[in-house]
Amino acid sequence: MLELKEEHLQVREMARKFADEVVAPRAAEIDEREEFPADVVRRMAELGFLGLPFPEKYGGAGLDTLAYIIAVEEISRVCASTGITLAAHVSLGCGPVSAFGTEEQKMKFLMPMAKGEALGAFGLTESGAGSDAGGTQTRAEKVEGGWRVNGSKIYITNGSVAKYVTFTARTTPGMGAKGISAFILDTATPGFRVGKRERKMGHRGSDTVELVFEDCFVPKDNLIGDPSTGFKAFLRTLAGGRISIGAMALGIARGAYEHSLQFAKQRVQFGQPIAKFQAIRFMLAEMAMRIEASRLLVYQAAVLKDAGQEYVKEASMAKLFASETSNWVTDKAIQIHGGIGYMRDLPIERMHRDAKLMEIGEGTSEIQRLVIAREILRDD
Amino acid sequence: MLQVVCIKQVAGSETRVKVAGDGKHLDTAGVTWILNPYDEFALEEALRIREKMGEGEVVAVSIGDAGVPTTLRNALAMGADRAIHLKSDVPSPDPLAVARALAAEIGPLAPRIVWFGRQSIDDDQAQVGPMTAELLGLPGASMIATLEIDGDRAVVEREIEGGREVMEMQLPAAFSADKGLNEPRYPSLKGIMAAKKKPIEEKPAQLGEPNLEVLSLELPPTRSAGRIVGEGKQAVAELVRLLREEAKVI
Ligand SMILES: Cc1cc2nc3c(=O)[nH]c(=O)nc-3n(C[C@H](O)[C@H](O)[C@H](O)COP(=O)(O)OP(=O)(O)OC[C@H]3O[C@@H](n4cnc5c(N)ncnc54)[C@H](O)[C@@H]3O)c2cc1C
Repeated sequence: MLELKEEHLQVREMARKFADEVVAPRAAEIDEREEFPADVVRRMAELGFLGLPFPEKYGGAGLDTLAYIIAVEEISRVCASTGITLAAHVSLGCGPVSAFGTEEQKMKFLMPMAKGEALGAFGLTESGAGSDAGGTQTRAEKVEGGWRVNGSKIYITNGSVAKYVTFTARTTPGMGAKGISAFILDTATPGFRVGKRERKMGHRGSDTVELVFEDCFVPKDNLIGDPSTGFKAFLRTLAGGRISIGAMALGIARGAYEHSLQFAKQRVQFGQPIAKFQAIRFMLAEMAMRIEASRLLVYQAAVLKDAGQEYVKEASMAKLFASETSNWVTDKAIQIHGGIGYMRDLPIERMHRDAKLMEIGEGTSEIQRLVIAREILRDD
Repeated sequence: MLQVVCIKQVAGSETRVKVAGDGKHLDTAGVTWILNPYDEFALEEALRIREKMGEGEVVAVSIGDAGVPTTLRNALAMGADRAIHLKSDVPSPDPLAVARALAAEIGPLAPRIVWFGRQSIDDDQAQVGPMTAELLGLPGASMIATLEIDGDRAVVEREIEGGREVMEMQLPAAFSADKGLNEPRYPSLKGIMAAKKKPIEEKPAQLGEPNLEVLSLELPPTRSAGRIVGEGKQAVAELVRLLREEAKVI
């Protein structure tokens, strides 16, 4: 196990306690009612979770990616809905401004988000542009003093609770992935509205909505990054978000594993705890091993990012391995629990539903394999 | 206003306790250490007093081995201004030795309030607080449930059997905090970063000669499995007979 620094251990202890005492008691309820946990998010804001990896001069806590990853893991261990709300805000809402924003943009947009005064979201996906971001149809036309935007985005996490949304739009027709730029927008701007609210299989306490732009004016100062350096580079750096999906998956898997371990020791059949049956022991052993491997991959990617090294391949590996682990582990967790694992009285079936998203969001498993292959073959 | 909070690092409650080979101490291998929960109430109250007054300093003091700074760092992350680590490798020194070492350090600092938790959750002796207060010559109240400060006067309430006791005393004074005095805060993430820059002073603990000796430490016997004596009404007579004759509890 790689050795954690004192501050990482402290973040883990604090996040775990907060997760157990504040997040966990709301988890079943927000899932059942499809309710956004505004109360929990407010508490997270007060404690500095929402600006965790950003410098203090922008209102953040000044910690690093690894500390942030550990916090996402601990929170997702008890409630994936709260985990994705945090991860989408930090990695996707704040991430692009932090990585590509000008000093002015950071003061104006990152500061309130990192302080936890405003939530952030990121809109890339459209009905015609999922894995293939090059299919982006949302159009930004140059007008006096800025851009006029028309189009819509779907499945946007935090979309209706965010004050600031970073989104992509086509500035030059044709040209595939080139000719696409990113903008940041105050959601109070006329011409912007929230469309359809999704009803989901899992992560039901998180906010997932459609964003609609109708002749929405975006000031020219809200363009993020240099359009000439290309949209592809922009997406590459968003690999940071993949590490946080890996952390969520790791947390979900751990939650299911810990419940299973306890249950197996207590549940008695044929006169002994089911943990004595080899079939059950082997499942627990396999769970523990896959979780440990996931953790090493996820933490490694975070450490590389913090060290300023290349981490695209490692982020994809971490996300892919951890997300498949979370699905395997939550499936086996239901198996170990038997009938009660299928019931909504226990959190196991919820964890299984939550785990599935890990293989889809921020690049499907297929896309991760494409990325890893491209990185190792270097043939495109 | 200077306040000193005495804190202890203890084994977390989920730790599976093992007795060391000498049969006198805890085996510390694999133990997860935490800040004694009762000390958290004491620290929280000290922080609230400092915040309410808008001035002052809160100093955390702890006696122990090389692992103690981690726990002191947690106290700093919660908001203590600085910390003092009184170094000692003696495993679980006796309460009077601890009180002497604390008093020797705290006395010259001349704090207005010295804080303790009501007891540590490992040894459960609840002696260090009162003993230290005595050695410092301070009025003290243990296991306090509320505290009001007005100038030089402090009014405390204590939960006692069947009621509440209200006491008034002059500051400086020593208090030990009971559960429920407040709800301790989580260290904030900024607090965790800030703690990295706060000083932890290291000094040897002046424990002196031991005052008592632990002869043995034993785990409680493992509970034997229960027994089902029968079902329904007809089992009651047999159960009563066994409780009386075998278990001898009625
Ligand atoms: C709960 C939730 C929250 C989300 N939050 C956000 C958000 O905050 N912001 C945002 O922008 N998006 C968000 N998304 C969208 C998400 O990122 C996309 O759903 C995801 O990238 C997949 O796109 P798609 O749904 O269009 O699937 P498609 O791209 O249509 O994929 C369908 C299938 O085809 C496969 N496939 C596609 N291309 C290839 C290929 N080249 N080779 C092999 N297989 C391929 C895919 O792997 C998949 O199996 C969210 C989605 C969900 C479900």
